[in-house]
Amino acid sequence: MKKLKRYLGVLGMLGVLTLVLTACGGRKSLSQQDVLTNDKASNTITWGVKADTKLFGLMDVQDNTIKGFDADVATAITKQILGKNGKAKFVQVTSQTRIPLLKNGNIDAIIATMTISPERKKQVDFSESYFDAGQALLVKKGSKVKSVKDLNKAGTKVLGVTGSSSVANIKKFAPKAKVLELSDYAQAMTALKSGQGVALTTDNGILYGMATENPGYEVVGGTFTKEPYGIAINKGQAPFKNKVNAALKEIEANGTYNRLLKKWFGNVAGFNYKEASR
Amino acid sequence: MVYILTHYWSELIQGLGYTLLSSVIALVFSTVIGTMFAIFEVLPNHAMRIIGRIYIEIFRNIPLLVIAMFFYVIIPMYVAKIDGFTAGTIGLTIYTSSFIAETVRAGIQSVDNGQMEGARSNGLTYWQAMRYIVLPQAFKIVIPPLGNQFINLVKNSSVLAFVAGFDLMYQGNSIASLSLDTINSYVVVGLFYLVITLPLSYYMQHLEKRLAN
Repeated sequence: MKKLKRYLGVLGMLGVLTLVLTACGGRKSLSQQDVLTNDKASNTITWGVKADTKLFGLMDVQDNTIKGFDADVATAITKQILGKNGKAKFVQVTSQTRIPLLKNGNIDAIIATMTISPERKKQVDFSESYFDAGQALLVKKGSKVKSVKDLNKAGTKVLGVTGSSSVANIKKFAPKAKVLELSDYAQAMTALKSGQGVALTTDNGILYGMATENPGYEVVGGTFTKEPYGIAINKGQAPFKNKVNAALKEIEANGTYNRLLKKWFGNVAGFNYKEASR
Repeated sequence: MVYILTHYWSELIQGLGYTLLSSVIALVFSTVIGTMFAIFEVLPNHAMRIIGRIYIEIFRNIPLLVIAMFFYVIIPMYVAKIDGFTAGTIGLTIYTSSFIAETVRAGIQSVDNGQMEGARSNGLTYWQAMRYIVLPQAFKIVIPPLGNQFINLVKNSSVLAFVAGFDLMYQGNSIASLSLDTINSYVVVGLFYLVITLPLSYYMQHLEKRLAN
């Protein structure tokens, strides 16, 4: 009897713990406030950007700032919305942390190589696309893998990053391959180098960045999906979203967009600058 | 939460399986290796004591993640092709064994010197005395801290997630990003860890009581 009581006590504690943990979601939080009003008051827009992705968002250890196409586009949009003195603040995110950080109000918008997808649209709103990406493969030079078809064999290991849509895609295009999910691109690249998988798959923009840094590796097979990148904004922030879309149109029209595209991708081998420009 | 459980049941069970497998392998080998180095540390032989000291101090003071990444990245490059699960489990075994060695050494040293001397004067060799007189008493003393180490081991097996070892944490990350329901995914993963650690913790308590009598 005494044992039973103790057992029930433990179960009860677990129940309370579960309730407490799940109840956190119900509180009215920062994310319910109007982002545009807050940002105008503070003259700052807080963006979630990647810090480990060459060409899009990479931490420069020299001056401790995040640099890349995403960061530059974010700065350009900020200046369009808030005027010349508007400040863009960058918060480092990963594929995994970006949606939770947006939902709890730590960041106002995500501009972090994020593909617009129907599943994500259930959670967040997206701006118009700001970059036409597509999934591709990075392999060691001279590898037998030439396209995604070569991966569709039992025992083939493909490397991806947890939380990216490319992992789900590879399961569609090469269902027989085994996908190993690593926590970020740097680690996935290390795993590719140490031979844990035959190919690394993600969006072409990111892979080009990796190929420029690692001369022994190349992007093969072209893109096999269309995955336009968008800026993610919390649901219920329509005024802010409209402003972002308008600003995006504006920087495309006045040539800022193409200038940034050339700045970051002009020298990348195999990247079709003409096709991507707007 | 129910949605996560029903929708990703097979992933969770697979994760539970890999976590259990890795934990059991690491538990057995780290106990054996740990006890071995604990004995090294109390041997009269000076050289052996230094070997034991070096092993323990190195692996006890490096983060587990670094050890696991070493086996995941460096070993496949230069020595042998091992996958994430193997690399993680080896890392976990070595890391835990250094803690177990320290725990068991403390146990051996807390057994009164007279036990060893008495055994030796009764004609037992050093190894016989160690095996039949000192170690049984030492293990009885170190059961509670050893239980702590075992529970830590199960939780530390989440390091497999970082080397793509398909364990619970790996599946948890994957489910969280697929379902986009971060809170519930990790709550479920936490509950699954409890499924392993609570019985283990109760068993160690039971063992402690039984040996105390």
